[in-house]
Amino acid sequence: MTQQISTMTATETVIQAENVNIYYGSNLAVRNVFLDIPPRQITAFIGPSGCGKSTILRCFNRLNDLIEGFRLQGRITYHNHNLYAKDIDPVSVRRHIGMVFQKPNPFPKTIYDNVAYGPRVNNYEGNLDELVESSLRRAALWDEVKDKLGENGFSLSGGQQQRLSIARTIAVDPEVLLMDEPCSALDPIATLKIEELMKDLKEKYTIIIVTHNMQQAARVSDMTAFFNAEATAEQGGKVGYLVEFDETTKIFTQPSQEATQDYVSGRFG
Amino acid sequence: MIPAAQPQKSVDLGDLKIDHSSRRSLFTIAMTILASACMLLTLIPLIAVLTYVFLQGFRRFNLPLLTQLPPPPGLTEGGIANAILGTLIVVGIAAIISVPFGVLAAVFLAEFGKGNPLARWVRFATNVLSGVPSIVAGVFAYGLLVKTGLTGYSAIAGGVALSVLMLPTIIRTTDEALQIVPKEVRMASVGLGASNYQTILKIVLPAAVPSIITGVTLAIARAAGETAPLIFTALNSSFWPGGVLEPISSLSVLVYNFATVPYEPQKQLAWAGALILVLMVLMTSIAARLATRQKTY
Repeated sequence: MTQQISTMTATETVIQAENVNIYYGSNLAVRNVFLDIPPRQITAFIGPSGCGKSTILRCFNRLNDLIEGFRLQGRITYHNHNLYAKDIDPVSVRRHIGMVFQKPNPFPKTIYDNVAYGPRVNNYEGNLDELVESSLRRAALWDEVKDKLGENGFSLSGGQQQRLSIARTIAVDPEVLLMDEPCSALDPIATLKIEELMKDLKEKYTIIIVTHNMQQAARVSDMTAFFNAEATAEQGGKVGYLVEFDETTKIFTQPSQEATQDYVSGRFG
Repeated sequence: MIPAAQPQKSVDLGDLKIDHSSRRSLFTIAMTILASACMLLTLIPLIAVLTYVFLQGFRRFNLPLLTQLPPPPGLTEGGIANAILGTLIVVGIAAIISVPFGVLAAVFLAEFGKGNPLARWVRFATNVLSGVPSIVAGVFAYGLLVKTGLTGYSAIAGGVALSVLMLPTIIRTTDEALQIVPKEVRMASVGLGASNYQTILKIVLPAAVPSIITGVTLAIARAAGETAPLIFTALNSSFWPGGVLEPISSLSVLVYNFATVPYEPQKQLAWAGALILVLMVLMTSIAARLATRQKTY
């Protein structure tokens, strides 16, 4: 096995994966993943398609529960609580660990209601107007939408919709933000805005981002995990695994694995 | 024209021009004519029926038609207000029964029915039900409510019969509308800490509302025109609707009855009733179209 456990002496860990295997039905999708996600930093997951980086990400807030046939072996802990223990309520897990998706997906509601939705379903009792405003401000969207909060979320541009999705997610005040290729549907300018936003947000939040864009990983992240996929014995089967997890500068300048070196220098994938 | 024989270029570009006498062009023309002719043929009955109903019904169109009761045999004047009101009441009862049941059944099918054998059977039964002749629905309501004396001949019995006809349309359109709502939106809602039913009630159903309204209006339009299931459930009445447990008049049954009597005023009322029925169906169809335009996904 070529797993590389972080060489950093992490004093504090928010999310920890211990020997995680993920199955869809009887197919092993991802195997033997060990990870320690540090707090208030940006951790990037990179790797070729099908290497299981999104699958791992979704395990962190139990969104994979919605997928039929999903099964997990090993442990994923959040502040030393096993997220997959029987007495854990997945709904509360998702309040602590929020998710921003690849495609901007506002709810078919007004901008205001989009942001207020999370707090409302969580029975928020404070001042909703203030919360909506502060969430939109933190997502760097307030100035663009403050005069049209009653308009439908779909009326915004793609980049604005994605920032709306981020505002919506931080409105429930999670500790961890999972971002699944949040910029892949956006143009470079909108992408840059989101990246700046992420750098601001990491003061308060722990961010894990899946990205296909290596420059993006190099630009924004503090830690980088490189995943790869290998063919399995079965016909056409692929299983993803973690190759290397280290500080971003190290991954991009002097990785310890040859596969990482090949990938970050663009020789495959 | 391109010179045919340039020494360096041996490629013949003459076939770039349209050749109307080629076999391919002739086939295209012939098929276009055939398809257009078939289209016109199918339009003829539709336009003929609409024009004839309009011409016949319009002569009798006046205010008393919409406000007065039908005249006794031998007398003229009067209207069909009781039948208009009756149709609205019976269809309203049918909608009150079938919309909640249909929508909730579809929620079950779309949201909880994945890989559930029960859901497969419910879908199958729905498809069978949509093919059931309307008179069978009438017999069902007759056997259930009239024959047993539960309600007797009544608006409720008529409404139950029509609701049986409306259910499959409502279930199917709602089911489809719910399945169109993207998975990402559900995931986003669940990802914000919403429970399953909060996601369905607050995100999925509202997003599907335009399509559901379309399905409901189409079902209403179909039910409003049904005669067979009403003949022996709602029966008929020459008077104002006296309550949901009384026999009640309806446009379709009125047309059926008055069209076959030997009195000219009644025949004219039948035409006018047919016209009003057509207009009501037309208006609900237009309403359905308008609702569809608001589609979210």
